[in-house]
Amino acid sequence: MAAGLGVNVPESEKTKSGLTAVEALDWFKKMSLIRRFEERAEEAYGQGKIGGFLHLYIGEEAIAVGALAALHEDDDVVTHYRDHGYVLARGVDPKRVMAELYGKSTGLSKGKGGSMHMADLKRRLWGGYAVVGGHIPLAVGLALAVQYNKEPRIVACFFGDGATNTGAFYTGLNIAAVWKLPLVVIVENNHYGMGTAVARSSALTDLYKKACVFNMPALQIDGNDVVEVRDAVREVADRARSGGGPQFIEAVTYRYRGHSMGDPQRYRTKAEVEAAKGSDPIMRCQQRMLSRGLATEADLKQIVSQIEVELDEAVRFAETSPLPEPRDLYADVLIAE
Amino acid sequence: MAQKSYRDAIREALREEMHRDERVLILGEEVGVWGGTYAVTRGLHQEFGDRRVKDTPIAESAIVGTAVGAAMGGLRPVAEVMTINFTLVAMDQIVNNAAKIHYMFGGQAKVPLVIRTPAGWGQLAATHSQTFEAWFASLPGLIVVMPATPYDAKGLLKTAIRSENPVMFIEHARLYGVRGEVTDEEYILPIGVSDLKRAGQNITIVTYSRMLHVALTAAEQLSQDGIECEVIDLRTLRPLDMAPVYESVKKTHRMVVLEEDWVTCGMGAEIAARVSHDLFDELDMPVERLGQVEVPMPYAKNLEALMFPTQEQVVGKIKGMFA
Ligand SMILES: Cc1ncc(C[n+]2csc(CCOP(=O)(O)OP(=O)(O)O)c2C)c(N)n1
Ligand SMILES: [Mg+2]
Repeated sequence: MAAGLGVNVPESEKTKSGLTAVEALDWFKKMSLIRRFEERAEEAYGQGKIGGFLHLYIGEEAIAVGALAALHEDDDVVTHYRDHGYVLARGVDPKRVMAELYGKSTGLSKGKGGSMHMADLKRRLWGGYAVVGGHIPLAVGLALAVQYNKEPRIVACFFGDGATNTGAFYTGLNIAAVWKLPLVVIVENNHYGMGTAVARSSALTDLYKKACVFNMPALQIDGNDVVEVRDAVREVADRARSGGGPQFIEAVTYRYRGHSMGDPQRYRTKAEVEAAKGSDPIMRCQQRMLSRGLATEADLKQIVSQIEVELDEAVRFAETSPLPEPRDLYADVLIAE
Repeated sequence: MAQKSYRDAIREALREEMHRDERVLILGEEVGVWGGTYAVTRGLHQEFGDRRVKDTPIAESAIVGTAVGAAMGGLRPVAEVMTINFTLVAMDQIVNNAAKIHYMFGGQAKVPLVIRTPAGWGQLAATHSQTFEAWFASLPGLIVVMPATPYDAKGLLKTAIRSENPVMFIEHARLYGVRGEVTDEEYILPIGVSDLKRAGQNITIVTYSRMLHVALTAAEQLSQDGIECEVIDLRTLRPLDMAPVYESVKKTHRMVVLEEDWVTCGMGAEIAARVSHDLFDELDMPVERLGQVEVPMPYAKNLEALMFPTQEQVVGKIKGMFA
């Protein structure tokens, strides 16, 4: 897909970095883990073990994995509700993520958040937020704290194409730009906000161009190419880290599953979905590794079977973990003082 | 003791806390160069500079959201929303983020944030004259403070800034010029403690913010007729401290709630419900509520004057309860 540039953007030098076997195996493993995790969650949902909304990340894995590979471990991450991928990509134990989906006390948010609200502060994952666009100002505020304390960190904020039509997107990013905050925003353009196609909801369909109202450097990248994602995020993160102000990336991708569970998908054809799978991020990573001799079929098979073992364990953990106690209902409303 | 205005008392609280704690910063529209729409932050920008007194664009949702994020990130932001009417634009950030983040992630993150915003009116018509404190007071996860006097405003704001929780600190535009005793010694006041502002044994008036002053003058007038009012200032609307109210009603057996917001679903409804339920046998008569007329605020001065309970109306209502 096209790599474009926003208005007033210096021509970015694409760091077509040589991919190492270690990196490639790690990314392949993480993307495969996310995909299989989502499929397991889907199964459990079908069995009535998970309730409420469940927004799957299948098809979009390269964005979380590539972006988090580019960030430093102590960079802050704030995301929207389609959030399992980010926490898994940052190395959170799938057990804790699955347990959260099951509403168990061992879940990442102690069963209080569910699918849409995964946070792990020890990893500076500040959480998934479910009011579309509403977390963008939070990321701006976290970036203000980083700037205020003169820390060498940045904040990364992820959200969908639909969120670029909200007020919080405009008001939040404008402040980030005025104050030159160390923020990287990554718009995951998966072509739809629920059932509404980008062209039916946004006057600009090249979403990176929206950054021009903030006078913010912007890139449009292939969100299904994990290497391109990693390289682009690394480049702009470096810029944000060294005082270049907020940076904007539109990563173009495609969501294979419905918006959440029980989406009849009247807004698109099966053929469209199948065609999109031709650019599958995991498949492309795999092909690249094999063709460059970075891994053998056997290596990849072994990774995939390890993932199954890990996920069996995650499901077992979620199934057997205790429910929250009724008294936990009252915990953590306010901090006692 | 010195006489200070409500405005100056609030500014002192801000200034002292900014000196005490490097993490405290102010952000909002016109808080810096302008010196604050109601001059509350006057001089602070000169004293503390751009880093700690930040002028923002007209973007309440982003002001509050940014402050929430900064609080999560370890700062102690005091966000000013120019008037409480504009908090409506920031409602998502207040309700869905500030009040939820601690709970929703199982206690991991905290939001030590203060949102300062004035209620008030003065021929400003329908959209600029509202008081929404009861909406905020209905939210678990939020603390709501609404002080009536310079002394309370200063002591409570300092505590709010030191709190680990999100606090809505609701001021009142018509109180900024009101003066009162404020000690020069450093002090803080506890959040969640109602305050007995006048002792009396015949009837309990429960009130807060500007209406406290109406209650106190009405009580003086009633005293001349031999009716001694006990006046309780809630000061904090969430969490509510009902203990002094209950103690008082057990003595007086009569109660009026005096508020400036609309009576329907207002603070008075909550107070009346609690007292009626918990002290049913103590009451000699139904709890009375006096508040704003249930229409949008008109511009014309004579019509505006009809909107809120006056001293005379309070006196008349209470005399009627003894007829
Ligand atoms: C303010 C708000 N309005 C509506 C919704 C319902 N809703 C949830 S997700 C969604 C679509 C968001 O699309 P996008 O930002 O593209 O993210 P995606 O789901 O495609 O990842 C909508 C409308 C919501 N959660 N919040
Ligand atoms: Mg979308």
